[in-house]
Amino acid sequence: MNLHIDDHLEQELGVLKLSGEIDAYTAPQLKDKLLNLVEEKPKVEVDLLKVSYMDSTGLGVFISALKLSKEKDHEFKLINLQENVYRLFNITGLNEVITIENTIEGEMS
Amino acid sequence: MKEAFDFVEMKLPAKSEFVGVLRLTISGLANRMGFSYEEIEDLKVATSEAITNAVNHAYYDEDSGEVTIGFGLYEDRLEVMVADRGGSFDLKEVREQIGPYDDGESVEEMREGGFGLFLIDALMDKVEINNNHGVIVIMTKFLYENEVGQSDDQISTTQ
Repeated sequence: MNLHIDDHLEQELGVLKLSGEIDAYTAPQLKDKLLNLVEEKPKVEVDLLKVSYMDSTGLGVFISALKLSKEKDHEFKLINLQENVYRLFNITGLNEVITIENTIEGEMS
Repeated sequence: MKEAFDFVEMKLPAKSEFVGVLRLTISGLANRMGFSYEEIEDLKVATSEAITNAVNHAYYDEDSGEVTIGFGLYEDRLEVMVADRGGSFDLKEVREQIGPYDDGESVEEMREGGFGLFLIDALMDKVEINNNHGVIVIMTKFLYENEVGQSDDQISTTQ
């Protein structure tokens, strides 16, 4: 029940690869890292391939990052979302405002 | 005749590191009741939202209390009750904040919280909030989604 954050930094691009769960416990460390990165890099991608669980605390973190990216005129996007994670963006309508690429079709029975 | 059910109760410290423990518990209970993978995911998010609210109230009240969670395992449904004693909670304010993101809102005005109760309502079949002594959220998910019409999604409140 932890979140592991790996960062890959290039000149213009910062990528955070997350693995684990995003909830009230793990969201603060993610918010910290992500907002710093959005501040610094003109392009930021968050790879959620290995995120198995997320709730509204995660939505809050990504909304903060989106706001900051608009302020700075930086690019911010989410990639490789699992079906159950993407669903929350869909239900809340946030998929309309946050750039999301590559949703992974899970095997829903 | 009284309806037979099993009841499981747990008390957790009102701290965010225990939110994941509640998720493990509800997965176990829902799995043994026969809920599908997708329904179990819904239950995990909904109960996490409820306990996260309780943990946040405890935090603002600077009272590191505990949260009581009760699970009623019925033949056709699972009822989850999350009670946060003593925490104050402005129900009217909370209800005004919930809802999906609306296209008319500008990004600058978007709220960063407030999706919790909305998600609980979207993911569960029935939600009741009682605000008499602290906050109690009671949410129900039915087992036989396909047999019974459960279009009556609702939030009802008793004060």
